Amino acid sequence: MEALLASAVGVLTAAGIFLILRRRTFPVILGLSLLTYAVNAFLFATGRLALNAPPVLNKYKEVAYTDPLPQALVLTAIVISFGMTAVIVMIALSAYLSSRDDRIDMSAQDSVDAAGEDA
Amino acid sequence: MNHWIIAPIVLPALLAPFIIMVLRYHLDLQRIFSVAGTVGLVGIALTLTAQASTGVVQVYELGNWPAPFGIVLVLDRMSALFVLLTSLLALVVVLYAMGSGWDKRGRHFHPLFQFQLMGVCGAFLTGDAFNLFVFFEVLLIASYGLMTHGGGAVRLKAGVQYVTYNLLGSTLFLFALGTLYAVTGTLNMADLAVRVAELPAEDTALLRVGAVLLLLVFCIKAAVLPLHFWLPASYANAPLPVAALFAIMTKVGAYAILRMYTLVFGPDLAIAEGLAGAWLLPAALVTLAVGAIGILGTQHIARMAAFGAIASMGTLLIAVSLFTPQATAAALYYAVHSTLAAALLFLVADLVMERQGGRIDGMPPMAQSGLIAVLFFIGSIALAGMPPLSGFVGKLLVMDAARDGGDFAAIWAVILISSFVTIVGLARAGSLIFWQSHDERHNTEPDPENEDEVIHQPAPEPMPGLTFAAVFGLVAGLAAVTLFAGPMMDYTRATAAQLYAPQGYIDAVLTGDEE
Repeated sequence: MEALLASAVGVLTAAGIFLILRRRTFPVILGLSLLTYAVNAFLFATGRLALNAPPVLNKYKEVAYTDPLPQALVLTAIVISFGMTAVIVMIALSAYLSSRDDRIDMSAQDSVDAAGEDA
Repeated sequence: MNHWIIAPIVLPALLAPFIIMVLRYHLDLQRIFSVAGTVGLVGIALTLTAQASTGVVQVYELGNWPAPFGIVLVLDRMSALFVLLTSLLALVVVLYAMGSGWDKRGRHFHPLFQFQLMGVCGAFLTGDAFNLFVFFEVLLIASYGLMTHGGGAVRLKAGVQYVTYNLLGSTLFLFALGTLYAVTGTLNMADLAVRVAELPAEDTALLRVGAVLLLLVFCIKAAVLPLHFWLPASYANAPLPVAALFAIMTKVGAYAILRMYTLVFGPDLAIAEGLAGAWLLPAALVTLAVGAIGILGTQHIARMAAFGAIASMGTLLIAVSLFTPQATAAALYYAVHSTLAAALLFLVADLVMERQGGRIDGMPPMAQSGLIAVLFFIGSIALAGMPPLSGFVGKLLVMDAARDGGDFAAIWAVILISSFVTIVGLARAGSLIFWQSHDERHNTEPDPENEDEVIHQPAPEPMPGLTFAAVFGLVAGLAAVTLFAGPMMDYTRATAAQLYAPQGYIDAVLTGDEE
């Protein structure tokens, strides 16, 4: 279980970083999503790995329980990253539609254009 | 409980949806409510600062949940100071955005602006590390909207880059928080401080990893080299009034470093040794040097202002990285000054760009050239740290605080030489923009009648009076920071004393309401 989760976090992070370094918007956004999955799985593990245990205390009988706080953190992280992914997709789309170019690094040409355009 | 503590978050949080839903098509009403809200925020911030200056740490428990279980907001001298600075800067920026017509160039400027204020104030007030992450996201998502406000291919492209960089930073933030939680089992800052201090020395490897990851995240926010790459392109391509507001966002990073590395990973703690100061100081020195060289080397006035912001963050973080009470007091003073100075330079850059474009080159003369030249001169003096303005006082304080440390020669050399390079860079830009343009006009248009016509060309802003009032507001702020340097230093010294005696903060949070 530990090995499975650890390798999942590792592989997702590695794949995410590889995709982000591709510097085109589509792979970058995919890479960011993979990184988010990695961090979500990682956050689950911070409350220790407990299988088949409820996230609430039962005061009537002795049961194992899992830490509920990381689950709340993961939920918040999922909501935020979902919203952020939507935002970056929209901005990347409008950037692509207005410049016909999906590279995310800015060349020197872009900076010169910026000066010319605003003049 | 003192409910005013949550007011700086609730007021913009309610105002923004109200503007977006009710006043969607009424720009004038949007402006009235936005300005009124910002003025209200200034009032609240003044009240809070007056309360915090007594030295009492006040705690606001959300939903009345006691501290380690619920989220708390904490008002101490440092958070009050930064909330006040945010509100004053916001007032200037919103007036400028109205006067220059920037808020008309795209939709939803004012709601996004209010959401941005909510995020910034929340980040300053929160006493919970995960809540800090949430407020970071709030201020970032509003800043994405503001940064791409007005559109345009290059601005959108810079926006994609900015969003990508910050999403990476957010992911790193989550990894750092997860690591801290895995070791300590808490995310409340005061509780973290207690648990970290109790931890046996052999179990701290993971904690130290978490602490350094957290430092990296805050350094991304503070644009410390080598994590500064996002700043020049995004600030220079953002609408410049927005960039002026963003001058406070780099300070959020500096604030978070000061907060976490005095409270949780304090300088007295054995396990925190060599974590923050040892890495931060060289990085800050290089940041300052690169900022100064960038000012000298750039061909665009907006990029020059952006590098000015980087250079001032360098000086600020040199003072932060020393982690002594005297240096922290100087850092807080310099933070106030550099926010105002960087914002002033961005607004002046906008005035110039609206009239003749951003190239630092001999361009045709512009309207109100004399007035703008004076403002540019004031902004340059402030940024470079020349007397008589507060930049001089601030740099003097930082250098004085560094005098006793072991790295004093390096710090003094970098600050003094980079100040000189900054002066040269700003003087070069100023003479090219304001003097060479006149030279060219005399060469090409010797006709005196024609010359009058050129000088009396109208300002491009719809309300130039308001724009200049806003810019002069910043100048007045800088003058006030200079004139009242004594009382301000008393306040920042008391703030530093409070920061380096974190037991008061911890007791106030963990033992509940004790006023």
